Amino acid sequence: MAALSTQPHSHGAVVPVASRAEHFTSYDVDAFEVPGGREEIWRFTPLKRLAGLHSGAAATGSAAVEVNAAAGVTVETVGRDDDRLGKAGVPGDRIAAQAYTSFEQATVVTLPGDAKSEPTTVTVTGAGEGQVAYGHLLVKAAQFAEGTVVVDYRGSGAYAENVEFVVADGAHLQVIAIHDWADDAVHVSQHHVKLGRDASIKHTVVTLGGDAVRITPVVQYAGKGGDADLAGLYFADAGQHQEHRPFIDHSQPNCRSNVVYKGALQGEGAHTVWIGDVLIRAAAEGTETYELNRNLVLTDGARADSVPNLEIETGEIEGAGHASATGRFDDEQLFYLQARGIPEDQARRLVVRGFFQELIAKINVPEVRERLEAAIEAELEAVGA
Amino acid sequence: MATLEIKDLHVSVVSEDAPKEILKGVDLTIKAGETHAIMGPNGSGKSTLSYAIAGHPKYTITSGTVTLDGEDVLEMSVDERARAGLFLAMQYPVEVPGVSMSNFLRTAATAVRGEAPNLRHWVKEVKGAMADLDIDPAFAERSVNEGFSGGEKKRHEILQLGLLQPKVAILDETDSGLDVDALRVVSEGVNRYKASGEVGVMLITHYTRILKYIQPDFVHVFANGRIVESGGRELADQLESEGYVKYTGKSEAAAIS
Repeated sequence: MAALSTQPHSHGAVVPVASRAEHFTSYDVDAFEVPGGREEIWRFTPLKRLAGLHSGAAATGSAAVEVNAAAGVTVETVGRDDDRLGKAGVPGDRIAAQAYTSFEQATVVTLPGDAKSEPTTVTVTGAGEGQVAYGHLLVKAAQFAEGTVVVDYRGSGAYAENVEFVVADGAHLQVIAIHDWADDAVHVSQHHVKLGRDASIKHTVVTLGGDAVRITPVVQYAGKGGDADLAGLYFADAGQHQEHRPFIDHSQPNCRSNVVYKGALQGEGAHTVWIGDVLIRAAAEGTETYELNRNLVLTDGARADSVPNLEIETGEIEGAGHASATGRFDDEQLFYLQARGIPEDQARRLVVRGFFQELIAKINVPEVRERLEAAIEAELEAVGA
Repeated sequence: MATLEIKDLHVSVVSEDAPKEILKGVDLTIKAGETHAIMGPNGSGKSTLSYAIAGHPKYTITSGTVTLDGEDVLEMSVDERARAGLFLAMQYPVEVPGVSMSNFLRTAATAVRGEAPNLRHWVKEVKGAMADLDIDPAFAERSVNEGFSGGEKKRHEILQLGLLQPKVAILDETDSGLDVDALRVVSEGVNRYKASGEVGVMLITHYTRILKYIQPDFVHVFANGRIVESGGRELADQLESEGYVKYTGKSEAAAIS
């Protein structure tokens, strides 16, 4: 019954140097060496621009966390010793471990079980220009909970954190993390998703602002029937570094995952990195997974790196595939629209909007959807595209 | 009275090494109310003529002029040409993912007409035009040309022709790949456009079969980058029976046997 299907793709998946299963993790920052930049997990990241987050920078301030909770949703601010923390996953790089070692208070948002709740918004505002801060956020969806949490990042400074999403059995959580930082901001974050039996998450990362942003969403399954949909939408302008490193760890049978990240780049030095890792462990029979990354390069001088990694340790799966493509702006599309009288700038906007449409259409929080549409318009206005 | 005037047009395409001349001196005048069939074998440059007039960046005009009602078309950008009243129904319409047909049509109509069409009238207009071409209304919400069959794409080209009402329409092998029913529906669409006003049509085709549905006033034989013979309907009949051998030195049928 083994069905292994590999979708067509623009280039081959890279076989990792070491298995993702052997990737080192620890809560303790000192267990990691200070990265020099040549390490596999750091080689795309501009360490010099990280304000020392990777080399032991002490906190000089703290980010403000404000929660606009829906009815029934509880919000707590807890200390490091709260035993609910750190259960969804272990930090996988030195900055995540630094954040875990350094945070003083954590925010815990809990969606009530067996109930549907309206969207809750967590707004995180950076500590300010030149400041360094560490934080921790835990979002728990109790058994059979159903709801949405929007995490909205704004402001200035350097901010490293771990964000945990613990989705209990049968719960369905939608998460939208919007990185709308000011131009100077540096943000390094690891998201730890733990899915219970028959639980699902729709996890969307939006990255628009900041000088350097590196997000590592990791999904682990605690039971059968888990379902993870990961989406990413990013828009890098001149000089911006945006890095997304989703990792799906299929360790349980009959789970599903789907990863779709799309990015647009414009301007000198705009750099995006997408490393998509999927590991299907021997026990994960009946897995179905697909990952896709598409990049649209709008101008010269921008660079998109895209590396899908797929490791399969069992043949008894439903399907596994990946695709990655980075393309220039399609002149034929532009010609077609212009040949119908549509001016070039408007035609370009239509094409870029169309490129992101499938992701935006899936966001079912109208205010967020409208904000993203407006943000994309603004990005395009900014360069007069 | 719209007039498209092409004089001694030379066009090159930039290939890997040297530019290659494809059009070698085309002269053609299309006046409102006239339908000109351009017939020629594969590779004769017919499509290049249509793309060059529309302004595709792949082609370079090396000499000659193209004017629409005296205005220099070659000085205009692609979208300016369309707004001036030129329309190219493409042989291979382009897919634009994520842009719905309805949004595209409305954006194009707004650009060409100079103002956004009244929403209520517009919806009715589009519905009617789609029904005339046997297009399922569900296509309005699909992405432009994405996943459309060849015939569906051609119907949508003619839909745009009807909605945008250009002064001069260039139909580039609109008949290719159409089955009999689709050919009839598409031809009727072109004839409705012709009947709608004083418009000119340049009908580029390899085969004579579409001329059974769309009556040409003039027939031109295109070979090796220019017009080598012009005549009336009878020239098409001659091509129908003799093919292009007289013009190319090799046998290539103009009729489907």
